[in-house]
Amino acid sequence: MMGVINMAHGEFIMCGAYVTVGLVHGGLPLPLAQLCGVIAAGLVGVLVEMTIVRRFYKRPLDSLLATWGLSLVVTQGMLILVGSSLAGIGTPEGSFKVGEYSFSTYRLVLFGGAIAALAVIYFIFMRTRFGVHARATMQNPQMAQALGVKVGRVYAISFGIGAALAGFCGALYAPTMTLIPTMGATFIVESFVTVVVGGANVLLGTAPAGALLAIIRTSLNAWEGQIIGQIGMLIAVILIIRILPEGVSGFLTRRQR
Amino acid sequence: MSTEPVLSVSGLWANYGATPILQGVNMNVAKGEIVGLIGRNGVGKTTTLRCLIGLLSAKSGAIRVLGHDMAGQPSDAFARLGIGYIPQGREVFPRMTVAENLAVGELIGGPAGKKLYDFVYQYFPRLKERSQQLAGTMSGGEQQQLAIGRALIGNPSLMLLDEPSEGIQPSIVQMICEVLKSIRRELGTTILLVEQNLDTILAISERCYVMEKGRIVNEIEKGMVTANSVRSHLSI
Ligand SMILES: Nc1ncnc2c1ncn2[C@@H]1O[C@H](COP(=O)(O)OP(=O)(O)OP(=O)(O)O)[C@@H](O)[C@H]1O
Ligand SMILES: [Mg+2]
Repeated sequence: MMGVINMAHGEFIMCGAYVTVGLVHGGLPLPLAQLCGVIAAGLVGVLVEMTIVRRFYKRPLDSLLATWGLSLVVTQGMLILVGSSLAGIGTPEGSFKVGEYSFSTYRLVLFGGAIAALAVIYFIFMRTRFGVHARATMQNPQMAQALGVKVGRVYAISFGIGAALAGFCGALYAPTMTLIPTMGATFIVESFVTVVVGGANVLLGTAPAGALLAIIRTSLNAWEGQIIGQIGMLIAVILIIRILPEGVSGFLTRRQR
Repeated sequence: MSTEPVLSVSGLWANYGATPILQGVNMNVAKGEIVGLIGRNGVGKTTTLRCLIGLLSAKSGAIRVLGHDMAGQPSDAFARLGIGYIPQGREVFPRMTVAENLAVGELIGGPAGKKLYDFVYQYFPRLKERSQQLAGTMSGGEQQQLAIGRALIGNPSLMLLDEPSEGIQPSIVQMICEVLKSIRRELGTTILLVEQNLDTILAISERCYVMEKGRIVNEIEKGMVTANSVRSHLSI
């Protein structure tokens, strides 16, 4: 919508995760550390927009290169500064049973967190004054500005919100994994295919696409292991794009009419 | 003693790329006037309005609005100062509701200014009935009412309209003319409108500037705006 492809989005995930883990090591309680991780990622996002991304609106390929470069610099920089991995902080205790399967309670927190994030984003963009200005800017930036919208600020804040969301993802996952500087890349592949499969509409497309791909992947994982899961998911993506070139949301909105 | 005009433009030059389009435009509009800007297709009327709302920056020349020197300012500064712009082709936000479109217009005149929902809904009852409809699904006439309402909601000191009658049936055009006159009468709003429709010009302009090849070449004084004086300057 802003005409940029952000290859450094995974690094905002890393930012959220590293800040969270760092602060927990420093003695902060986990939820507070996670909140700081989200805020840090959001602020860094605003900064990156104002210094780099701003110059690349409506130039998707250039923006792809620039943010990819940024991503490499940050990843390698972290490798030098922090080292190849950071000691984990351990998943919070607790588990529950569904039938004969046992799950850690924190999995439920992850699930709830994802839903909550979706709800917050929906609220911000559909129910607030900023959201109205942001959507007006995405639909017709010149007209929005001619009515008084400071479009530069809208772009920076929107980008910051996206970064904060990525930071939230990192903060949520931080306790479940060992942090390495390249962790962003592992998320970004799946996000990328989810967005492509989802199509233009986030709520009608990206969210259902995410659910669909997750189901395909986890059931294959359970059946034949991780590798088959990954392969199966990518094959599913190829098939879906062949059948639904406008993505899940294109399919759903066409059915509506 | 004369007060400073709401709008004063002098020696305005503007380009698209290397092509000079405006070549020294001069005009003055006093508070509460309704002034027409007429001329044939492609002479630079839209370009002039785009300069007056800051969407196109002038190459040289002065634009003073309410005593502020606005040359080089971004478009949002023009709007916040109190200019309501209704572009050619309306440009409502298609995937937003009528109410949301109006909400964007609240920025005009800055946060301290009065917001005129009651006034807008009184003169454009359609907008109230359809407040939850997506703007892109409304008819051309309804979209034009929305574009005017959106610019009006923030109680602008100056309204710039670019061919409000274009592609709209006569009864709606007449209604829009009546509303514009009421706006001026009740709010003292200054109005500058670009028009090609003879009836619309005769119905509301008190004075006209005639544009040709990027310059104002003629002015039709107050009281002289007649079918004969105007017709010779229009396209058909
Ligand atoms: N974005 C643009 N890029 C290049 N040239 C342009 C652009 N917009 C307008 N022009 C040119 O500038 C000149 C003036 O255009 P403008 O739109 O101001 O005319 P107008 O008087 O509003 O005409 P109309 O009555 O048809 O609306 C035209 O020759 C047009 O081709
Ligand atoms: Mg025009």
